[in-house]
Amino acid sequence: MEPIAVIRSRTVVMPFDDIDTDQIVPARFLTTTTRDGLGEAAFADWRYDAQGAPKADFVLNDQSARGCQVLVAGKNFGCGSSREHAPWALLDYGFRAVISTEIADIFRSNSLKNGLLPVVVDADTHRWLVDNPGAQVEVDLDKLEVRLDDGRAIAFVIDRFSRYCLMNGIDQLGFLLKQDEQISTFEKTRPWQP
Amino acid sequence: MSAKSLFEKVWHDHIVVPETDDHPAVLYIDLHLTHEVTSPQSFSLLRERGLKLRRTDLTLATMDHSTPTVPVRSFRDLQIVAEPQAARQIVALEDNCREFGVTLHGFDSEHRGIVHIIGPELGITQPGKTIVCGDSHTSTHGAFGALAFGIGSTEVGHVMATQCLLQRKPKTFAVNFEGTLPRGVTAKDMILALIGHIGVDGGVGHVLEYRGSAIHGLDMEQRMTICNMSIEAGARAGMIAPDDTTFEYLNGRLMAPQGAAWEQAVARWRTLPSDPGARFDREVTLGVSTLKPMVTFGTNPGMVVAIDEPVPDRNDSNFRKALDYMGVTAGKPLAGHPVDIVFLGSCTNSRISDLQQAADVLRGKHIAGNVRMLVVPGSQKIKLEAERLGLDRIFVEAGAEWRESGCSMCLGMNGDTVPSGQLSVSTSNRNFEGRQGKGARTVLASPATAAASALAGAVADPRPYLAN
Repeated sequence: MEPIAVIRSRTVVMPFDDIDTDQIVPARFLTTTTRDGLGEAAFADWRYDAQGAPKADFVLNDQSARGCQVLVAGKNFGCGSSREHAPWALLDYGFRAVISTEIADIFRSNSLKNGLLPVVVDADTHRWLVDNPGAQVEVDLDKLEVRLDDGRAIAFVIDRFSRYCLMNGIDQLGFLLKQDEQISTFEKTRPWQP
Repeated sequence: MSAKSLFEKVWHDHIVVPETDDHPAVLYIDLHLTHEVTSPQSFSLLRERGLKLRRTDLTLATMDHSTPTVPVRSFRDLQIVAEPQAARQIVALEDNCREFGVTLHGFDSEHRGIVHIIGPELGITQPGKTIVCGDSHTSTHGAFGALAFGIGSTEVGHVMATQCLLQRKPKTFAVNFEGTLPRGVTAKDMILALIGHIGVDGGVGHVLEYRGSAIHGLDMEQRMTICNMSIEAGARAGMIAPDDTTFEYLNGRLMAPQGAAWEQAVARWRTLPSDPGARFDREVTLGVSTLKPMVTFGTNPGMVVAIDEPVPDRNDSNFRKALDYMGVTAGKPLAGHPVDIVFLGSCTNSRISDLQQAADVLRGKHIAGNVRMLVVPGSQKIKLEAERLGLDRIFVEAGAEWRESGCSMCLGMNGDTVPSGQLSVSTSNRNFEGRQGKGARTVLASPATAAASALAGAVADPRPYLAN
């Protein structure tokens, strides 16, 4: 994984609440056995019509969305299934951060494992972002703040451990593997065996 | 010592390394269930890192999500009818399980079925265990007093390699259901009512504990229906304290403890219920005595209403967008709305009592001419049991299709889909846009409501069908 420090990008806005993982990547794309190439499946049912042609009224098909790395969405983003294909699809599409007022638990956990930043901001900041699609923002993982182009800096929280891993481009499995001795001791000394 | 909740007891019992500001807790996992869709990338992770699967004895695999459910003469034939990429995924699971030494209940196993159905059925789902699976409906197993939750494929790899997960301690949320369920109203209606009450994000960051007289009175299958949909309220997990109903269900099952070990296990399990005075971060109480059959009218499970009450209206673009998608009119009850498909199945409602509930409505009658009805048992064991009880004949004589077990139409990735624009009354768990197929419209309901709707050819209240 590439180390992450600051993401500078214009935003794409999907103002809907409760955007679920079936919208982010519909189940029929889940028969893949790799992590790659899911960008085409991102928001597939909102992006393409029955013939596979791009729908003109969907924001990702707008010229202005090209190259945007920050998605602004309504509350409870990523609710639904545990499919890690959701952050894989968003990352493969080109997103590197999602900003919302609330992000679903499993999606947040999956995103942090893959380098997609789940950023929760207050309702006022969120309203400003929704009202100003295409705004230039900086998501700073080091300083834990989102900087808006009107000069404001809004703090956000990311678990210290996840932040350390993301900033150093290391995965979390290494830490778990280092606990091998404690895990073995736990297995031998616990009062009952599963 | 301070009073502890059920969740806190199970959590503390599995801490290998306590959490600090610098890192989450290392939590030991007692049972890892896995299936064909979310595991290939996890096995690849092990292979890339040159790692073994640490505890093959605590890992169990089956195939359910992308497997077809069309009736076939032998399970082998299922591979022939599967879509090529789904078939490759199934073969990959067989290869991975062989390579890493994982027990697989595959096509030829009498124990094959939906992953959350077979764990309890085998008796390997037990009180006090930590259980994970790369599937959000892992919360189902919480019905036994296990801490059970869904994880992504990277974490599936973590569990395979270390039998542990890095977890921050969630908050707790007590949900009290009080009263006695009226006839024709079920656990499915209870959980839909709760999600409508607290919202699809009402449980985010929390583990729910379902308590109260109405929970105590439910059998294990209905308790599983409740815990199954915890994730639909955004919760990390849902749990129910184990009691005699739990022990009776587990006693004698294939992988449950036997003999002296059984007695010891039950003694330990009896210490698990929340202590009097245990504190919860949140609490809510719902009465069930006046509860009615519930149906969803929108595109998430929180958009739900009693079957005979008008669909509400809100001056909110999200809300209107959902009604438009569904083709539903605000101000009118959903009862009477035309139905194209009825799906009875999924890890929410495909157990024998679910099939029985639907059969009670359908017995001796025929579904409406314009309706296609699929009945998909949750496991091969349930299929055989239903056939022994003659339920399959009731379904077939009513004009429904009797299928092999699997996830089927719940998620539209195995060939069973709802055509675009058609409306399905489904006993599954998600009514998201396109969940059952591109452009599909889904109304979530209980098995009895689904069966009544199949007969009427429109969303229908099951209670008149159960009058006697």
